[in-house]
Amino acid sequence: MNDEPLVRWDWIARNWDNGGPSAIRTLLESHVVMALLPVVFGLLIALPLGVACARWRRLYQPTAGLMNVVYSLPSLVLFSIFLSFTGLTQSTVIIPLTLFTLAILIPAVVDGLGSVPEHVRQSAVAMGFRPLRRLLQVELPVAVPVVLGGLRVATVSSISLVSVGALIGQGGLGNLFIDGWQRQFPTPIVVGIVLIVLFAILSDGLLVLAQRLLTPWSRARRSAA
Amino acid sequence: MITFEGVTKRYPDGTVAVDDLSLQAPTGAITVFVGPSGCGKTTSLRMINRMIDATSGRILLDDQDVRAIDPPTLRRGIGYVIQQAGLFPHRKIVDNVATVPYLLGWDKKKARARAMELLELVGLDSKLAGRYPFQLSGGQQQRVGVARALAADPPVLLMDEPFSAVDPIVRASLQEELLHLQSELHKTIVFVTHDIDEAIKLGDAVAVLRVGGRLAQMADPATLLSEPADDFVREFLGKDRGIRRLSFVPATGIRLGSVPADLELDEDTRPLGWRSDGGLLPYGTFNPERDSLRAALDAALLSPNGTAIAVDGDGRAIGVATRDVLDEALARHGTRPEKRVPDPDREVPASDPRRAES
Ligand SMILES: Nc1ncnc2c1ncn2[C@@H]1O[C@H](COP(=O)(O)OP(=O)(O)OP(=O)(O)O)[C@@H](O)[C@H]1O
Ligand SMILES: [Mg+2]
Repeated sequence: MNDEPLVRWDWIARNWDNGGPSAIRTLLESHVVMALLPVVFGLLIALPLGVACARWRRLYQPTAGLMNVVYSLPSLVLFSIFLSFTGLTQSTVIIPLTLFTLAILIPAVVDGLGSVPEHVRQSAVAMGFRPLRRLLQVELPVAVPVVLGGLRVATVSSISLVSVGALIGQGGLGNLFIDGWQRQFPTPIVVGIVLIVLFAILSDGLLVLAQRLLTPWSRARRSAA
Repeated sequence: MITFEGVTKRYPDGTVAVDDLSLQAPTGAITVFVGPSGCGKTTSLRMINRMIDATSGRILLDDQDVRAIDPPTLRRGIGYVIQQAGLFPHRKIVDNVATVPYLLGWDKKKARARAMELLELVGLDSKLAGRYPFQLSGGQQQRVGVARALAADPPVLLMDEPFSAVDPIVRASLQEELLHLQSELHKTIVFVTHDIDEAIKLGDAVAVLRVGGRLAQMADPATLLSEPADDFVREFLGKDRGIRRLSFVPATGIRLGSVPADLELDEDTRPLGWRSDGGLLPYGTFNPERDSLRAALDAALLSPNGTAIAVDGDGRAIGVATRDVLDEALARHGTRPEKRVPDPDREVPASDPRRAES
């Protein structure tokens, strides 16, 4: 790649929406889907599991242990394991990433519930909340800042891990890296990196915004402290 | 009325927190549980609303065993205030106060209107309603805690060291306000504290507990001060029992003499000072209608000539009490106080001499 310029804008213009499966736009869309669905699924699963782990503490040790083992596996290994079940489909990326997300979000939910001050929990009991309503109206809302913190980590790491799926042909924007390396052509690589970073920044920004809107009481508390 | 009948609480680890406690907290009165740390005050309180269940014995609310009532239902009928206020950090003040009305299924508008009424009742500016708890001072949070406990107008109020986390000045004003609220609302209040002065200031009846969860003595404050049951209670009451007890003797009985000529008055007959060769000397006043014998004595000590000036509600001199007269009053009350055992249906008198103190 000697006298090749770093970015060839004409290549970008031609390939942005060329109608085929390798169009940048198509790759971006599948990247978004494969990165965010695991976070959504992960949150939906982590909420009940985290609540259960916080409620019955002895569940937590084995669950957290298992999740840590999953998390320590290289993503490529997980992808290959699922390859034999789900083949060369998006599920082969989405399912392992959901597991990774769980490894972050279950502890976040447990820690979030643990962050509810004991006097707040006690006064909810004393006011006459029943357990389910107390969970939904007091404990989970107070846990939101910690859970959202976990969600930010899970989202950004999911966005970056999707690229590894390129090695099995399902990597969203990660496919651009393979393309660039194989052809010794830097433009796709740069485009991939820039779009992934922008996507990550945008997602994180939206989560921060959500945090401000959802928990005005917590932002102010931090700035006051 | 809340009745403890031989109530014992043994925790799973074997700790006996409350041991065979029997007592009655009369309707419409403030009953204070006081005692050193770990003596089982919180445990006793929480057995009333079943946050803790007794190991043996019974607790009756009027005539009903609390064990027969579904706990959340029971708790919605009992206000509860704790030391850190326990406000919900994610809810605005108005919604914190409206918590129990919401739980009872009131519609939002009615619940909030009620919450606003209560904020006013506890002396909070209505513009605080839209704030979050962290935006309030400790004293304000504690007031919100009281408002929240009162929101659904429960007949019973449980308070666990509600004022111990605020500074002494705020604490004194919160105590005054509680007494004032109580003179209007006549709740059955059980108040827990480890501060004997607070117990004496607030209690119609005071139950002194000793470590191990046993009742050492239950009496009205004046009796407690003059006749402590044993050394533990005597030591716990601390010094100055004699003089503190005089707070419970109204100054109404003091025989007043006429205003002497050497007391300089302004045109409205308000005292200005005692005349002397070197100018006006300091003086002390008390209001016989409102104040206690202790306040009268204090007023005498402030005057170089030992004479306390009696004033009316507007501060006009209406007479004086010389040291001889005060001695006479002290002699009448010094040995045995009149018993003031709380009567279940008794209302706290509006002119409770304690109120005029501090
Ligand atoms: N959940 C529990 N398990 C075992 N022991 C307990 C438990 N809760 C309280 N205790 C013990 O029971 C005793 C009474 O506790 P309690 O909290 O009622 O005391 P307290 O009078 O309110 O004290 P303080 O003034 O410090 O608040 C203490 O010895 C305490 O250690
Ligand atoms: Mg306690």
